[in-house]
Amino acid sequence: MTADLARDPEAHARPDEDRPASSTPSVPPPPSVPPPPPALEARAITRRCPGALANDAVNFVLREGEVHALLGENGAGKSTLMNILYGMVPPDSGEIWRSGRRVTLRSPSDAIALGIGMVHQHFMLIPGFTVAENVLLGAEITGRFGMLDPRRASAEVRALSERHGLPVDPDARVADLPVGIQQRVEILKALHRKAEVLILDEPTAVLTPQEVGELFTVLRGLKARGTSIVIISHKLKEVRAVADRITVMRAGRVVGETTPAEADEQRLATMMVGREVLLTADRSPAQPGDEVLRVRDLHVRDGQGLPAVRGVSFSVHAGEILGIAGVQGNGQTELAEVLSGLRRPTEGQISLAGRDVTTASPRALIDAGLSHIPEDRQRHGLVASYSVADNLALATWNRPPFAAHGVRDEKAVRARAEALVKTYDMRPPNPDALVANLSGGNQQKVIIARELDRPVTLLLASQPTRGVDVGSIEAIHRAIVAARDSGAAVLLVSAELDEILALSDRVAVMSRGEIAAILDASEATREQLGLLMAGARTTP
Amino acid sequence: MQGALRSGKFPDGHASVSETSARVRRLVEPLTVPVLSVLTALLVGAGVIAAAGGDPLAAYAGLLEGAFGSARALSETAVWTTPYLLAGLGVACAFQGGLFNIGAEGQLALGAVAAAWAGYGLPALLGGTLPAALHVPLTLLCGATAGAAWAAIPGWLKTRTGAHEVINTIMLNYVALNAVSYLLNGPLKDPTPGNVIARTPLIAESARIPVFVDTLRVHWGFPLALALAALVGWGLERTTLGFAIRTVGASPDAARAAGMNVQRTVVLTMAMSGALVGLGGAIEVTALNHRHELGFSQGYGFDAIAVALLGRNHPGGVVLSALLFGAMRNGATRMQYLTQIPADVISVIQALILLFVAADGLVRRLYRLRGGAAPLTLTRGWGG
Amino acid sequence: MGSRRLAFVTLIVAVLVGAAALAGAPRVAAADVVVSMIATTLAVATPLTLGALSGVMCERAGVVNLGIEGMMLSSAFFGWAGALYASAAWGLPPGASLAFGVAMAIVSGGLLGLAHAALSVTFRVDQIIGGTVINLLAVGLTGFLNRQLFFERTGPFGGVVPRSPGVLPRLHLPGLADLPVVGRIFEQQPITLTAILLVVVAHLALFRTRWGLRVRAVGEHPRAAATVGIDVRRLRYESVILGGCLAGLGGAYFTLESVPSFEPLMTNGRGFIALAAMIFGNWTPTGAFAAALVFGAAQALQINLQLFRDQIPPSWSFLQHSSIVGLLPYLLTMLILTGVIGKTTPPAADGKPYDG
Repeated sequence: MTADLARDPEAHARPDEDRPASSTPSVPPPPSVPPPPPALEARAITRRCPGALANDAVNFVLREGEVHALLGENGAGKSTLMNILYGMVPPDSGEIWRSGRRVTLRSPSDAIALGIGMVHQHFMLIPGFTVAENVLLGAEITGRFGMLDPRRASAEVRALSERHGLPVDPDARVADLPVGIQQRVEILKALHRKAEVLILDEPTAVLTPQEVGELFTVLRGLKARGTSIVIISHKLKEVRAVADRITVMRAGRVVGETTPAEADEQRLATMMVGREVLLTADRSPAQPGDEVLRVRDLHVRDGQGLPAVRGVSFSVHAGEILGIAGVQGNGQTELAEVLSGLRRPTEGQISLAGRDVTTASPRALIDAGLSHIPEDRQRHGLVASYSVADNLALATWNRPPFAAHGVRDEKAVRARAEALVKTYDMRPPNPDALVANLSGGNQQKVIIARELDRPVTLLLASQPTRGVDVGSIEAIHRAIVAARDSGAAVLLVSAELDEILALSDRVAVMSRGEIAAILDASEATREQLGLLMAGARTTP
Repeated sequence: MQGALRSGKFPDGHASVSETSARVRRLVEPLTVPVLSVLTALLVGAGVIAAAGGDPLAAYAGLLEGAFGSARALSETAVWTTPYLLAGLGVACAFQGGLFNIGAEGQLALGAVAAAWAGYGLPALLGGTLPAALHVPLTLLCGATAGAAWAAIPGWLKTRTGAHEVINTIMLNYVALNAVSYLLNGPLKDPTPGNVIARTPLIAESARIPVFVDTLRVHWGFPLALALAALVGWGLERTTLGFAIRTVGASPDAARAAGMNVQRTVVLTMAMSGALVGLGGAIEVTALNHRHELGFSQGYGFDAIAVALLGRNHPGGVVLSALLFGAMRNGATRMQYLTQIPADVISVIQALILLFVAADGLVRRLYRLRGGAAPLTLTRGWGG
Repeated sequence: MGSRRLAFVTLIVAVLVGAAALAGAPRVAAADVVVSMIATTLAVATPLTLGALSGVMCERAGVVNLGIEGMMLSSAFFGWAGALYASAAWGLPPGASLAFGVAMAIVSGGLLGLAHAALSVTFRVDQIIGGTVINLLAVGLTGFLNRQLFFERTGPFGGVVPRSPGVLPRLHLPGLADLPVVGRIFEQQPITLTAILLVVVAHLALFRTRWGLRVRAVGEHPRAAATVGIDVRRLRYESVILGGCLAGLGGAYFTLESVPSFEPLMTNGRGFIALAAMIFGNWTPTGAFAAALVFGAAQALQINLQLFRDQIPPSWSFLQHSSIVGLLPYLLTMLILTGVIGKTTPPAADGKPYDG
């Protein structure tokens, strides 16, 4: 694990020198014919996952000094490809070339030694460690006997961050930093390892629109210094804004390569999905009825005991969809947990159909007519080791038709499951299949089928299409709108602005635990919502 | 694609596999690893015996003869199986609910003490004598209740404070053993003049579970344990409570979101587990020893973990593995008599069985088996 | 260690020492009882300290070690057997025999550490079950070998336990041990002194060295460590084997330092109490040491009460039963686990198999 140090024992002794004169000493000089070989190239990469091909003979070329977007739906194989290019998983077959030389990546250290850096979607940072410890981990600055030298480490990281215009306090604990700064630490980690190729996996998922802008500025700066960048995304607008070239993947294969100039959003979406896609859901105007959910001055603390929701008030009426927009981590998760009975509020009132349910248990809420599509479906929505049928009976497992007098009616469970599997077109069409073996989209269908299979007073849908393929997204959106049209009040929590705009009748924007504004969806614009999400205050 | 198909890495179970062979496989598959584990453990055990200077073949022949060689041997195997079965069922119940009850040893001891007390003390307390039809069930109930109460403590502590049940059940073992030692040397000590042994008085005739035949020790506690195994199996599979227990075990978060009362289920699961184990102790007293004496347990409580895991926490499987453990323990005496190999070697073999069952991947690698069940997950962080 | 827990430790130790002084009051000077209590506490805390250090090492790397009890029991046996063989079969002098025994104990602990690492890292067995396997294996193996080697006529010594080389000698720390009154505290045996030294070494290794930083990274977020080229499996193996060696030294205390004999099950739950000490000490070597002292003091009190048994007033006569005072460490453990004395936080990836 000290291979990288062994190769360049003086790497840390030259903090003033970002790149050694010969930046890739192990690579032979480029052939005399221009253009130079690609910075990174995947040739016919194939990787099997249980039951499927995650990458099927994928070719991908990253040119020297470009920003290259890898576009595709969830499950298209983008992350698998990048994990292969970073040495995290080995390909079953295929070749990787780096600046004209064939390389084998047995582990991330091999990739690091070849100047490849990666910023993972879920940050690879240790929350309890300082920024400096995180940046230097694996390439620590040590004195005698492997003893750490915190002071030199701190100075080194400070110098690095100043050199690249990425200001950050080296001695701060990562857990105390906002997400945007944590991402900066991730980028510094790669830069410290002299990355010339930088792979960013869904880097904008956790950022406000303003932070996305800042990130793109940083990326352009790095590009100007000669770094070649891959950015993985499924967001069409961002891809077109930042990329020089775009490679589109679908179902484990590369389906095309294009540029922002050649392809507009509609065209990219079609490439990504393989057919024409409606970017907006088709629905009639809402016909709001009585107030169903009323939330007054709600305060909630998160798992660490810090205030997460700070004085939120709103109400949802029968027959309407209230969308809660906001960047992840602004209190929506805690709000949804409180509304579903999984967490207790510290202050405030919640009433459901006129009854006070402020501290009601999940059981009481289900009995009062709550249907819940939880944000974390693996954790709160499903029992992975159970069959589809048992999962479909989960919320009402102890009452008719699924049970009577404490004894389960397995025939009834199965019969209902067979019907629902058909109605929702679940694949495989088998009620005995284990939920663990279903795709994300089909798992979500199981939850939605279960939650809408009883009279619904309030539907609480948290991030209902996260990690779900486009085909299932359409079905899920239709089901949510249908629930509204049949008279349910719907509270939709989503970090996807497009989803909020496509489904909501009214939009509440959450920022730092507060509702910044509640707007009529027909009047709200993306720009306006973006500003509100970033913390701007307006009085609509 | 061609290469992929030929390399055979795709999961099978496509149309090419006929229905019957699939059904046979479903039946055989769950047995494969346990059976191979037992065989491997016996092989390694043979190595240990040989290394210690014994003759493994003679040893195992003695073991077999001792376990199954005569009516008396069979009777004794049933006698030894009974506590394994009940303690194993208890531990398996807890496992199904995602809880690790390492406290069976203490629950067993308390169940035995409580039953012994009820056996000799209850008639006097209620003023006179009790009919056997009432006294036996009451005595067993006392044992089961003591075990249930003792096991419920770590369950309650877990739901209240998050303290992990593993350390608490172990600690309660020591507390129970110390407390039992105090009781048997103090308040509950057999007052017969001249008695220096730490033991209770003999229980009343009316509290004793009868044997089938006067000449053999096998008693009605054995069929009772088998019936309980069937009941537990049905309960876990078919009742709403069983479904709740399994769901809490598989995913406490999902259970809570589905409106199940996770805290109550955890305490109840531990209590049920302790009740079964305590009953095991009570039956030893009422059917076999007719009193409780210090150090009666042969480590049933710890072996119960192996019994449960070898039986895959399934009541049917637990019956089979309890029979195996009972037969081995029983046969070991004969083996030691015939070959002078210490009966303790059985503990080594039983620990090895647990090792191979737990390290399912090790056995699969040894025998080049494919596939594998999802590993059991109990470690969800410490409390404190 | 938080101030609340530090106060708790001080308070409990003070109460226990005070209780001993009270019990001995009519016969022995309080100062002597206090000094003797402290000296005994340090000695009997040794296996707990080493067991807790073993736990800290393993769990900082993300591997729960429930097998400390079994590791200590096996090492107690193999250390003892090694010393007996060295002195009786090979005729080594007592000092060399004991040193060989200690080495055997450490090696056997390390081997069980290797086994635990293989189970939990390579075979991804649930770590609590893996630890239980080690515990049961240790009970079976030591019981069997003890009988086979020393109590069977067919054994190498013909069924007679050979004369043991005794226990490790007390060391006289120059200067400290010459102090008046308190000098006795510093007259300790080598494993006890080594354990205290190892607390400091473990602290430095975990929090001041590159290796320690990486171990902690692996215990908090193994995937993050892997992405910067750290070999998660290798580090987990290293930590768990090291933890096994520490538990092994702890096992040696029982048969080579405390008493010159082996009894089946003689560790008597010390390995599990050590885990509680580790938890209470918030997974730090120094905190674990402080917690081990609390348990040590409880045990020292038990020993002292035995000495002053006849002085216990009749109304407290149940204290004469050693089994009642013997409950103290176990009940303390449960109290500590409830978190009423302050919650602690395990390493984030503790107990989770790494499949990257």
